[in-house]
Amino acid sequence: MSILVNKNTKLLVQGITGQAGAFHAKMCKEYGTNVVGGVTPGKGGEKVEGIPVFNSVQDAVDKTQADTTMIYVPAPFAADAIVEAADAGVKVIICITEGIPVMDMIWVKNYLKTKTCTLIGPNCPGIITPGEAKIGIMPGYIHKPGKIGVVSRSGTLTYEAVHQLTQLGLGQSTCVGIGGDPVNGFQFLDVLKLFNEDPGTEAVIMIGEIGGNAEETAAEWVKKNMKKPVVGFIGGQTAPPGKRMGHAGAIIDGGSGKASDKIKALENAGIMVSMSPATMGETMVKALKR
Amino acid sequence: MKIHEYQGKELFRKYGIPVPNGKPAFSVHEAVDAGMSLSPKGPWVVKAQIHAGGRGKGGGVKVAKTKEELQQFAKAIFGMTLVTHQTGPEGKEVKRLLVEDGANISKEYYLAVTLDRAVSKLVVIASPAGGMDIEHVAEHKPDQIFKVWIDSTIGLRDYQARALATKMGFVPSAAKQFPDILKKLVKLYWEQDCSLAEINPLIETKEGSLMALDAKITFDESALYRHPQLMEWRDPNEEDAAESEAKKFDLSYISLDGTIGCMVNGAGLAMATMDIIKQEGASPANFLDVGGSATEQRVKEAFKIILKDPKVKAILINIFGGIMKCDVIASGVIGAAKELNLTVPVVVRLEGTNVDLGRKMLQDSNLKMITANGMQDAAKKVVAAAKGAL
Repeated sequence: MSILVNKNTKLLVQGITGQAGAFHAKMCKEYGTNVVGGVTPGKGGEKVEGIPVFNSVQDAVDKTQADTTMIYVPAPFAADAIVEAADAGVKVIICITEGIPVMDMIWVKNYLKTKTCTLIGPNCPGIITPGEAKIGIMPGYIHKPGKIGVVSRSGTLTYEAVHQLTQLGLGQSTCVGIGGDPVNGFQFLDVLKLFNEDPGTEAVIMIGEIGGNAEETAAEWVKKNMKKPVVGFIGGQTAPPGKRMGHAGAIIDGGSGKASDKIKALENAGIMVSMSPATMGETMVKALKR
Repeated sequence: MKIHEYQGKELFRKYGIPVPNGKPAFSVHEAVDAGMSLSPKGPWVVKAQIHAGGRGKGGGVKVAKTKEELQQFAKAIFGMTLVTHQTGPEGKEVKRLLVEDGANISKEYYLAVTLDRAVSKLVVIASPAGGMDIEHVAEHKPDQIFKVWIDSTIGLRDYQARALATKMGFVPSAAKQFPDILKKLVKLYWEQDCSLAEINPLIETKEGSLMALDAKITFDESALYRHPQLMEWRDPNEEDAAESEAKKFDLSYISLDGTIGCMVNGAGLAMATMDIIKQEGASPANFLDVGGSATEQRVKEAFKIILKDPKVKAILINIFGGIMKCDVIASGVIGAAKELNLTVPVVVRLEGTNVDLGRKMLQDSNLKMITANGMQDAAKKVVAAAKGAL
């Protein structure tokens, strides 16, 4: 079992004729993901890597019954692409694009409340259910099918965690990158809820970082509701305040969003925290034994 | 992106938010001229223009009652190195002044618009305890802070502004004026893609009207592409030279004060690398994310920026290749090392796509690089290398 995406997922790629879109459409297809179509306005009728291109998301959904989309549209147009997918009835929208203006994401998020879709990202590596579907930019081969759920605000740090898990023989049910922006779709909490209900997930690792309070909110929920062991890591323990550490959302602002506060909140909720990024996998092994 | 107070006030004027009459000055002479053209008799306020708060406490704001005082204060502040709690101990040289008409302050308030990440909405933060650090107020007098949230579909409603005005306890004339000022501030925030629009203090004058005595505005970097006119306000003097240089090559770089130079792909991994260096007993000299799709050229530029930092005693390259292949990183590192004459030890940890090829290229390059297995090993080795123990 898994969450959000699996072998039955029918995937669209918005922005498929761009360099990144075309490359990753190919990589996802090679991994075994069922990529049914792509969308680029004005390029309908073309093919990319053997994948048919449509002029609009509605058009693509009508012809292919796609239920999931992966967005590589450039930042100035990405907010529109998300809304287009939602209006066309796509259920899971995964936005890889980095650098979407915050004000755009505010109205997008508000609008999506009227819809039943799920938004993952933006500025995220995507989602992978190992052995079934890879939707995003992560290297597929480091993953292994299994029972650990992974949720993270980061890209390469997630690969690091997955690599450690795989090396220790711990496969993953689904890995979800929720993205590094200050306003994004699914939060830690939303993903944890799904993992909690997923019979294929035995334990979860949550990889947070400085900025905002999504980790604290999630920890509070875990304390009351989570039935499975949770391991945590928080990046940016040494980050100076007031500086954006690469991700638009990774900033200690006005004394809030500090790593130490997040770690405390996680520990209070009974989450086993790995203090070093090198011991995320080992901490999971310990948590499973407890 | 941050801007100066005088630029923020220019935006306030454009949106109809009342501010004192004032002019920027780039020399002492200009400052005196500015004062004379505002009101020949004074009084004037001379304010240092740097991108940091706490200027008053640091001696960067003075009230001049005569022309002689105006000249004297302008001379004292212009060119001074202003140290505040936000500049760091090295301070910031003052290269611009703002000269303004003095105001008759009766009471000081706080007003700001920013993003509330927890609910993905704009929030108005207002307080009758103005003129001081809002974080201090939040900590010591949390009941003195009032908030209203703005729905992105219907915007700020009049009743919300009126309710805030009541809580702030303005005199009647100011209470009547407040909703209009707040709406204009929200409009400015929305239209200019701000990430903070703060007035501290917002003053009530003895005449009973409101006025913005300060302006602190920061903009969302991701939205600057649609505000080319704001880009002209970027002040390179206020930005770290290495950080600006890195930006040119699409590298995300932040100067820190340690001795271990870091080159990492991905922001999360870069932060985690800094953390593990600290845990091993040293400190990072920088945060540097070369990005997910770095080319050989960008790796080279990143290397150059790190090597320019005289504090750096050893370098740690930590790459988890996903989209970015390890062989590309290796060839960038080798190219840069050959070109740049490495004077400090370099520890390389590669993992991910094409890792074997990347490691082999480094081995065959005859460069004296220390290879590491895993993050722990890498951090241990680079800390030892910085101490000259490797």
